[in-house]
Amino acid sequence: MPFGNTHNNFKLNYKVEDEFPDLSKHNNHMAKVLTKELYGKIRDRQTPSGYTLDDVIQTGVDNPGHPFIMTVGCVAGDEESYEVFKDLLDPIISDRHGGYKPTDKHVTDLNFENLKGGDDLDPAYVLSSRVRTGRSIKGFTLPPHNSRGERRGIEKLSVEALTSLDGEFKGKYYPLKSMTDAEQDQLINDHFLFDKPVSPLLTCAGMARDWPDGRGIMHNDNKTFLVWVNEEDHLRVISMQQGGNMREVFKRFCVGLKKIEEIFKKHGHGFMWNEHLGYILTCPSNLGTGLRGGVHVKLPKLSVHAKFDEILSRLRLQKRGTGGVDTASVGGVFDISNADRLGSSEVAQVQLVVDGVKLMVEMEKKLEKGEAIDSMIPAQK
Amino acid sequence: MAGSFTRMIGGRNGAVLLASLGAGTMATGFLMSDNPLAAEVRTKLYPPSSDFPDLRKHNNCMAKALTPAIYGRLRDKITPNNWTLDQCIQTGVDNPGHPFIKTVGCVAGDEESYEVFSELFDPIIKDRHNGYDPTTMTHPTDLDASKITNGVFDDKYVLSSRVRTGRSIRGLSLPPACSRAERREVERVVVMALAGLKGDLAGRYYGLQDLTDKEQQQLIDDHFLFDKPVSPLLTCAFMARDWPDARGIWHNNEKTFLIWVNEEDHTRVISMEKGGNMKRVFERFCRGLKQVEQLIQERGWEFMWNERLGYILTCPSNLGTGLRAGVHVRLPNLSKDIRFSKILDNLRLQKRGTGGVDTAATGDTFDISNNDRLGKSEVELVQMLVDGVNYLIECEKKMEKGQDIKVPSPVTQYRK
Repeated sequence: MPFGNTHNNFKLNYKVEDEFPDLSKHNNHMAKVLTKELYGKIRDRQTPSGYTLDDVIQTGVDNPGHPFIMTVGCVAGDEESYEVFKDLLDPIISDRHGGYKPTDKHVTDLNFENLKGGDDLDPAYVLSSRVRTGRSIKGFTLPPHNSRGERRGIEKLSVEALTSLDGEFKGKYYPLKSMTDAEQDQLINDHFLFDKPVSPLLTCAGMARDWPDGRGIMHNDNKTFLVWVNEEDHLRVISMQQGGNMREVFKRFCVGLKKIEEIFKKHGHGFMWNEHLGYILTCPSNLGTGLRGGVHVKLPKLSVHAKFDEILSRLRLQKRGTGGVDTASVGGVFDISNADRLGSSEVAQVQLVVDGVKLMVEMEKKLEKGEAIDSMIPAQK
Repeated sequence: MAGSFTRMIGGRNGAVLLASLGAGTMATGFLMSDNPLAAEVRTKLYPPSSDFPDLRKHNNCMAKALTPAIYGRLRDKITPNNWTLDQCIQTGVDNPGHPFIKTVGCVAGDEESYEVFSELFDPIIKDRHNGYDPTTMTHPTDLDASKITNGVFDDKYVLSSRVRTGRSIRGLSLPPACSRAERREVERVVVMALAGLKGDLAGRYYGLQDLTDKEQQQLIDDHFLFDKPVSPLLTCAFMARDWPDARGIWHNNEKTFLIWVNEEDHTRVISMEKGGNMKRVFERFCRGLKQVEQLIQERGWEFMWNERLGYILTCPSNLGTGLRAGVHVRLPNLSKDIRFSKILDNLRLQKRGTGGVDTAATGDTFDISNNDRLGKSEVELVQMLVDGVNYLIECEKKMEKGQDIKVPSPVTQYRK
């Protein structure tokens, strides 16, 4: 909660065992890492804006998790959370991001020219291409913690930055609270409109407070560049188009991001970033690049092949249904995207998608002809 | 330029701030650092006007009462437990309300909320409790069940009788604000006290986190089990945190006295039985409450209560007695008469479906209970319910014989 230490100093009058949450039935990253001893060690800390350990973990306490899906179970309230509570967050980051160490450095590379190929994915198979990431604005606390005043400050800065873009990025901002019915219908039809979070993973972290105050959507006139303001992160930036030209999508993504960043920097509010964790976002799972680059691709034969999941794993890719996370595929069409976020650059992650999808389309074509694909199965990337 | 940003901060101090902002990360570090000057700067950067919620589409008691001036005076205050105004009103900001149903739109985090934020709570209390003015009036408490007259209804009409209230343990924060340790302390204090009940009140506690499947099923069959709140009115007020830690249900062996621990309030106390003996239900209610109070006092605890507001509970709508006394009653003829609502109004009663609040009536059976909570004592409210239900049954009997009925004159509001 904003500008208050949420009762923290008062709680210190109680013994550790009386305050320690019951995590015996829990299955999330936070519950795996947080012991009573660790809780006792860091529970008296606060970030400068007053975010506490209990604030960080509340969502993980309230959502025990799922036996098969491992959620993160904690969030950051501000940039400093990752420092002040590193004793808890570093092991969680390591678990979630393939052993990433507290001493590791993350490389950022948003030079689209470094991407090789990506403009020749077969449109008969690759139906659409998309890259998304998030950005947090320095000097403001994050969605779980920010006050109405801060959230409106973020919105004002974002609107100024976004509506000053020109060329292919020229567009319009639609604040959620003053949308007309016609605008709302159009945004729904375009699949752009985001709604108040209903997932308890988010609501228990305080991210739906004051909805829809300070929230909105900007998109360019061509409907290929979209920014969400004050949803799960300060900004979510999306570049997309029909067909398989991932190179063009990524170029627009990088150029757009750089332009936006320039404008924020001019106001003394650049993006939150450091050389250890890359771009700082609300959920530890989105650290690093925060990037999910993916395609909707038709793989009816490959997807039922015995080695499909292994191929994906080796290519460092993941599959989802075409409705996004937690949906099933329809008609053999899959959403294929990069699995990694932290420890490799944007260019490297999109390269994996481009190369991996190209290979899988070749495999699909081979299977169509009744040929085997065993010789094509790649080594672990 | 930093046009829009400038608008947020006024005056010379603002100019100084902006200049420092232009220094980028260094200034940010200063702003976010934990020194008293930083707090002052932060307040100037975000004056109350920048934080004032947008309540233009809202229809609840809080939205009606909260002005920018009041918000400005109260925003930076805290209770001794570090509870803030923003935390009190969050549920009302997040739930704009319903055009026909007026919700309260704020909660207390502790006993002191009602004092520290009285400038907001007092007008809300007055609005919600039909003109009861906490600045000038006092609330009477009376739990002497022997005073009730004519409190046994005709079983042909009254199917069941029930009285409920809530009690808070002084010194511990309320469900929106409490930490896990405080909530567990509430559970410990209450469960230890209840273990001392004897005779017809002797019973057992079922902690929600340790229920066996068999116990859970039994509690469901008895209609005793409460579940994690799903209503956003409650979840947005932080009341479902850490569920089901330290939540539970206690009931006596006869299943006529039931206590919920750490649901919407520290405790909810319910006395009930089949049939129309409201006098006995209320007698058990008062006896049970008094005994529980004595048992906690023996260990140095007490209930939250004061002369101004009566028993202190989480929601301002439950202040005073926190009491809802009601019956399930069959009124096949009366309920079809167009004067039914007016009669209830004048008797200061309300009707609900037999599923409780916001349910529809099935057939001709209604849940009839008292409207008021604050400004009249428990005995007064139960007597009003008793007199009212007796009147309704008389009307029903008359209509069965084809006789006409009268709308009673309105019952008086408050003692002056």
